[in-house]
Amino acid sequence: MRLKYLVLGAAVAGVIGASVPASEALAKDSMLVPLFTYRTGPFANSGIPIANGMHDYLSMLNARDGGIGGVKINVQECETQYKNEKGVECYDSFKSRHPLVINPYSTGITLALIPKASVDQIPILSMAYGLSASAVGADFPWIFNPPDTYWDGMSIALKYIAQKEGGGFDKLKGKTIGFIYFDGGYGREPIPLLNDFAKEYGFNVKMYPVPPPQMQSQSGLWLGVRRDRPDWMIMWGWGAMNPTAVQEAAKTGYPLDHFIGVWWSGSEDDARPAGAGGKGYLSMNFNAVGANYPAIKDIEKYVIAKGNSQTPKDMVGENFYNRGIMNAVVIAEAIRHAQKLTGKKVIDGADMRRGLETLKISEQRWKQIGLAGFGPPIHVTCADHNGHGSVYVQQWDGKKWVKVSDWIAPVKDKVMPLLDEAAKDYVGKNQPWPKRDEPCDDKTL
Amino acid sequence: MFYREVGQYKTSYAADQALLPILQDRIGIAVILLIAFVAVPLTASNFALDSVLIPILVLSLAATGLNLLTGYTGLLSLGTGGFMGVGAFACYKLTTFFPNVNIIFLILCSGFFAAAIGTVFGLPSLRIKGFYLAVATLAAQFFLSWCFIRIPWLYNYNISASIEVPTKTMFGLAVTGPTASSVTRYLIVLSIVAALVLMAANLMRGRIGRTWMAVRDMDLAAELIGIRLYQTKLLAFAVSSFYCGVAGAMMVFLWLGNAESESFNINQSFLILFMVIIGGLGSLLGSFLGAALIWGLPIVLRHAPDYLGLHIRSATVDQSTFVILGVLIIFFLIVEPHGLARLWQIGKQKLRVWPFPY
Repeated sequence: MRLKYLVLGAAVAGVIGASVPASEALAKDSMLVPLFTYRTGPFANSGIPIANGMHDYLSMLNARDGGIGGVKINVQECETQYKNEKGVECYDSFKSRHPLVINPYSTGITLALIPKASVDQIPILSMAYGLSASAVGADFPWIFNPPDTYWDGMSIALKYIAQKEGGGFDKLKGKTIGFIYFDGGYGREPIPLLNDFAKEYGFNVKMYPVPPPQMQSQSGLWLGVRRDRPDWMIMWGWGAMNPTAVQEAAKTGYPLDHFIGVWWSGSEDDARPAGAGGKGYLSMNFNAVGANYPAIKDIEKYVIAKGNSQTPKDMVGENFYNRGIMNAVVIAEAIRHAQKLTGKKVIDGADMRRGLETLKISEQRWKQIGLAGFGPPIHVTCADHNGHGSVYVQQWDGKKWVKVSDWIAPVKDKVMPLLDEAAKDYVGKNQPWPKRDEPCDDKTL
Repeated sequence: MFYREVGQYKTSYAADQALLPILQDRIGIAVILLIAFVAVPLTASNFALDSVLIPILVLSLAATGLNLLTGYTGLLSLGTGGFMGVGAFACYKLTTFFPNVNIIFLILCSGFFAAAIGTVFGLPSLRIKGFYLAVATLAAQFFLSWCFIRIPWLYNYNISASIEVPTKTMFGLAVTGPTASSVTRYLIVLSIVAALVLMAANLMRGRIGRTWMAVRDMDLAAELIGIRLYQTKLLAFAVSSFYCGVAGAMMVFLWLGNAESESFNINQSFLILFMVIIGGLGSLLGSFLGAALIWGLPIVLRHAPDYLGLHIRSATVDQSTFVILGVLIIFFLIVEPHGLARLWQIGKQKLRVWPFPY
């Protein structure tokens, strides 16, 4: 009897096993845009709105305009759980299906994919995360990270603090600035720039690293903050670390209007859990918050109302949902550029790379696509794959984010040398690194 | 019928002590190796190689390492992820110090670094046992992950705190890095795993393996018959960590191409431990079965709806994978607490007496 079951089981397993090579039909009349999402796992809180925003905007273009240039966008999600292994697996499963662009949505996955991009001829768009040095187009022709690097972000945070202190950077002299950061590659990246500024303008820096396993137990660290009494706090946090930090800051009585988070520490869910205590918390942002835009109205009309989305109604217009939209806008505009540049309707990864490299979203263009003032003007060039756009500061009023500053431009002459140095360092450590032989497009559209 | 060894006479001690004394086993292993070394590289897609077979082989080797320690010597360890990390970071440092040395040699060398670290953290095993030892190895895990972030020298002061794999060639063929073909990497991983597992199998049927099992079954009795616990346990830690270290180095250099401290965290240790428990403690076959089940099943489940023409959202598939995998694990542990390897043993026994069971 048992033997029968065993044979049966083996047969079933065999059939299932044979199904692994997934159907790899190459759709000729659509353009594959994979979205790496993390709707599950420990960071799902921020992953869900981002995934929804990207998905909904591209679906809206499909429903409203029939795609881009008359070609439908084939949006396919792949779940990474924010894990590197899963991300690489997702990449491998899409690689042979000729995707236009990969959005890894995790710094770790981006780092793993960077060397593969030029070999597989698939551009990678890591929007304001990933490897900052990849902004150097001469060394990383296939990687794009607009609109800002973390160094841009740090320079903007300091600029904002200086403004609040009454003017230029010299007002920072003698002040103490605390830096609370996720103790990994992501959080440590801005430190060299922070130290540079501290040396030049004579302010003190206190470091408060948060190791990944202790993201949710920061009370000891905030005791240190209480003792050191920094004048300002800057945070490079992620996931559960953000709401914990805001709550602890409120608990220790740190003035929250002197506490600035990077753009990944600025979701509604980061500030909301602190309740009334979270009022006043600041964060940087490069996309507008709110749903009062024609394009977002179209999303509601063409996608959400038709039931083609997983987005709950009240998520529309939230910060990270809009971040997803912004990411999708960059993709869509790059596709448009690539189509114009090549004259082709259905483009491939190599064309998409050219589209991204000549990407230009002016203030006027933002308005044309129904998102006036939604994001900073983005201008990517052959040499500069980032654009170093402006960023504004927003404040939590207890219920929603309110814009409290103008668009602030990064201190580019501080950031650029660091970027070049970092790119040189990366290339030096990864010899032999392929030399760029992709020609630059000097046509401006 | 299939497994009847009637008529297979052993006429020498060597034949009696052979690794695979039964003809059917020898044929079976030969067929499996033939498929793995010849048929798979010729037929499998890049996705199957990169995302299914290479990971399963690498994780199997790590599971084998842990199995030597936990399954054969009875010392529970939660430091596997850390020891894999030691191998990976050691290999990375070795490639920066000796850029011209053959990468396979360096991968194997990095195992020795893991072995040394493993031996140090194995010292508490001389005094404490069971769950207490698990806690001590947990400390190793946390300490090592801490080192992987806090000692920038380990990742060459990389600003992203990650290690990236340079392209290395062998006979003009790219072996690591983005230009290395999947087949090349697969064959290298397969060769290393096959060689090391063969070594482990031989170790297990010799003096060392027997002393380990004696310690596992009752350490007091083992001591009384003249086994030195001190050396035996430390040796088990060293050999086990060697295997984990090589697996970790392969994971970075031949599979992912990049890693950071987070890749070797406590979850990795648990994952490998689950593979060993579900596969079967004290069985080399079990390490492979466990790795194949835990790594392979989610991939099959993920692609099954596509294959069947169903369109299910990727997040839903992912969530249900968790549920299905969890249920299956519980199911297997209820039906066969000794792991998948024991199922195969039962199957073998049935095949032996078939078609006249008694």
